[in-house]
Amino acid sequence: MQKRNSRAWFHRFGSSSYFYRIASRWGPRTGWGALVLMVTGIFMGLFVAPPDYQMGDSYRIIYIHVPTAWMSLSVYVLMALAAAIGLIWKMKVSFHVSRACAPIGAAFTFCALITGSLWGKPTWGTYWIWDARLTSELVLLFLYMGYMALDKAIPDRNTASQATAVLSLVGLVNIPIIHYSVEWWNTLHQGSTVIRMDGPSIDAQMLVPLLITTVAMNLYFVSVLFSRVRCELLNLERRTQWVREVING
Amino acid sequence: MLITVIKRDLKCVSHNLSSSVQPIGFFIIITSLFPLAVTPDPKVLQGIAPGIIWISALLATLLALDTLFKEDFVDGTIDQMFIVANSLYVVAFARIISHWLISGLPLILMCLIIAFMLQIPEHSLDALIVSLLLGTPTLSLVGSIGAALTVGLRYSGVLLALITLPLYIPVMIFGASCISADLIGLQWSGQAYLLAAMLVLSITLAPFATAAALRININ
Repeated sequence: MQKRNSRAWFHRFGSSSYFYRIASRWGPRTGWGALVLMVTGIFMGLFVAPPDYQMGDSYRIIYIHVPTAWMSLSVYVLMALAAAIGLIWKMKVSFHVSRACAPIGAAFTFCALITGSLWGKPTWGTYWIWDARLTSELVLLFLYMGYMALDKAIPDRNTASQATAVLSLVGLVNIPIIHYSVEWWNTLHQGSTVIRMDGPSIDAQMLVPLLITTVAMNLYFVSVLFSRVRCELLNLERRTQWVREVING
Repeated sequence: MLITVIKRDLKCVSHNLSSSVQPIGFFIIITSLFPLAVTPDPKVLQGIAPGIIWISALLATLLALDTLFKEDFVDGTIDQMFIVANSLYVVAFARIISHWLISGLPLILMCLIIAFMLQIPEHSLDALIVSLLLGTPTLSLVGSIGAALTVGLRYSGVLLALITLPLYIPVMIFGASCISADLIGLQWSGQAYLLAAMLVLSITLAPFATAAALRININ
């Protein structure tokens, strides 16, 4: 009895109506939080933070570029984890979360690539270079596209969510291999200046807006994820009692 | 069971030889398109030959993957094998081995001829053979996952390429750089060890993923 109670919080997330309630409560809140933080972070990044001694003002694109690049990878990891939870505990909601991650993650990846290439022009002198991080980001976009294509191609929703779950796990195993193989293949990108053993090498005045926009991106992701999952739940379970209660208020 | 399935597959191939040699023909044509499109200059050709061989090998493997499980899935053979063996792992693994025997091995033999056409010198042939011997089984193993995931779809060719090709990138990078390193007189054992590592990793994991994907589609 004790044991069952200790896991009850986890299994409650398997219930569609419970998840829907949580999502409709937290989706708008995180959305507003994201908006406020994003405006603050961008304002501080553009007007408060000092210009870089080498790159001048062009570095300010990091306040979009770096958070989207981080998100592109962590969304994939979350997508694969949700897929694994779905496969192991047979939780359908978990599959919905996993599938909702894909387009958002692909959008983040696309933004990271575009901003990176815009930043590359003034600093490297070219929009595109076959540098290791750019290349692995591009491959990540291909992985997302493959995932979404498979998802769209399989007509049966149940089969589709399980098949995409397997694909996302295969991709998760492959991402580090792809990353290191292109790393050894060719590299030009600047080293990480935030996550280092001896503390960040970036100035605090530049770092704070970056952290704010990163939190904003995360909140934005949660907000969009929740509304996508809510739509999916309403659509798939439109014949059930709880959806009717939701619709009729 | 493993041997039985492989024997059966090879027998099927010998009855239907023309469709199984198609990927090899495709491989030869693709490799001979590059000199026509880029340049017949021996120096340039030698520089890009590793890339040509590996890209063509990827595409030829991909072409053979489409039929890996499909026919047997449609006519119910895989269901029957599943019932007899009570495990899709054996079915998947046997299929992967026979896929490599049918598409990977002839491709390596054919490379001995292609190498001369692309101006690869004789002393680099060992790097070429080793890289393909270690790399093409990985291609079959990783590709089988994609083939199993798309087995229930009628038109899966392009989708299969879309989900499989990104996963092939590491093998292609090290396979091609194995040959390139030898061409410019560098050690290539490092790349060969990495290819071997990827082969070991995919032998341990890929058949499970393939079996899981087949089971999803059978249900």
